[in-house]
Order: sequence, then C-alpha cells, then structure tokens
Amino acid sequence: MIKSELVQKLADKNPELHHKTVERVVTTVFNEIVEALARGQRVELRGFGAFSTRARVARTGRNPRTGEAVPVNAKHVPYFKCGKELRERLNK
Amino acid sequence: MSKNTMTRADLSEAVYQEIGLSRAESAMLVEQVLDLISDTLVAGHNVKLSSFGSFVLRQKGGRMGRNPKTGEEVPIDPRRVLTFKASQVMRDRINEGDKASA
Repeated sequence: MIKSELVQKLADKNPELHHKTVERVVTTVFNEIVEALARGQRVELRGFGAFSTRARVARTGRNPRTGEAVPVNAKHVPYFKCGKELRERLNK
Repeated sequence: MSKNTMTRADLSEAVYQEIGLSRAESAMLVEQVLDLISDTLVAGHNVKLSSFGSFVLRQKGGRMGRNPKTGEEVPIDPRRVLTFKASQVMRDRINEGDKASA
C-alpha cells in the first residue's frame, strides 16, 4: 500500500469529507511525527508502535570507491519499535 | 509542546488545529490511519509512505534460543517481524534538528 492508496481507503470510510481534506489529514499526521522526532521527542502510539531517534557517534568513514577517509559527523537516526498488539496480530 | 513524548492525543490535536475538523472527528481519523496501516501489514502487505518511510514485513525462521538466565534451550518459532525504513527526507529532517541544537 502506498500513500495515495491509504488516502483513498480513508476517503472511502469518510464519504462526507473532501478527498483533499483527507489528503491533508494524512500529510499532517506524518509531518507531525517527523517534526516531533526532529525536535528530539519520541512518538508513542500504543498498540501500533513507537518512533524514536538513536544517536550515532562521529566516525571516520571511507569512500568505498576511492578508499579515501571521510569524516562522518555524529547524528541521530530514526528508529521504530513495533507495538505489542500489532506484533501479536502479525503472528496470529 | 515541551513534553518529551508525542501521543495520539497530540496528533489529533494537530489535525484539529490544521484542518479544522471537530476534535472527535480528528481523533477518529488519526485512529483510522493507524488501523489502515496495521490491517494492511497484518494482511501481509508492506506499506510505503513517500517522504516518511516504509513498513516492511520480514519472515524469520525458527531457531533454538537460550534463556540467558538459566542457560536452558528454548525453541523460537518462525515468525513475522515488522521493520521500518525511514525515508531520506525523514533522515535529513532529523539531522537538521541535530544541527539546530548543536
């Protein structure tokens, strides 16, 4: 399923709403999650899962083509942990 | 919002503020978005959301595990696990956040 299909399914469930409105709802939900993570917050959606960020230390990487050493700055990478209820449903 | 954790309530509040639907309707839509994603995954399909990321199912084989406390061998059944791969857009946005706070 891709985003446009998610929007379509949500629109089908809510025939009273304009398609454009449904699209904005979906965009808002995912934007809010990204912005929260960018602010350093975690996003906890019980039953579904939790988004958080994990710190990566600075290191010296290598350009695989030239073998040249390149510095890689410390950064945060997004992480998702599946919620308990969803994990159980996946294995029923 | 200075709390450390965002929840469903914050997401529906954002939908309420941005779109101007009722609070009840905003909460219901947030729930429906999460349910549609969950149901699709349970049905065995991956979910790919551009500029956000992909939820990808992986099949893990069964293996013999060990209870780390007792050393006892326990069988681990084959199972389906969910992984999330964040989009480059999300990764970049999070690293802009790092620079802003540095």
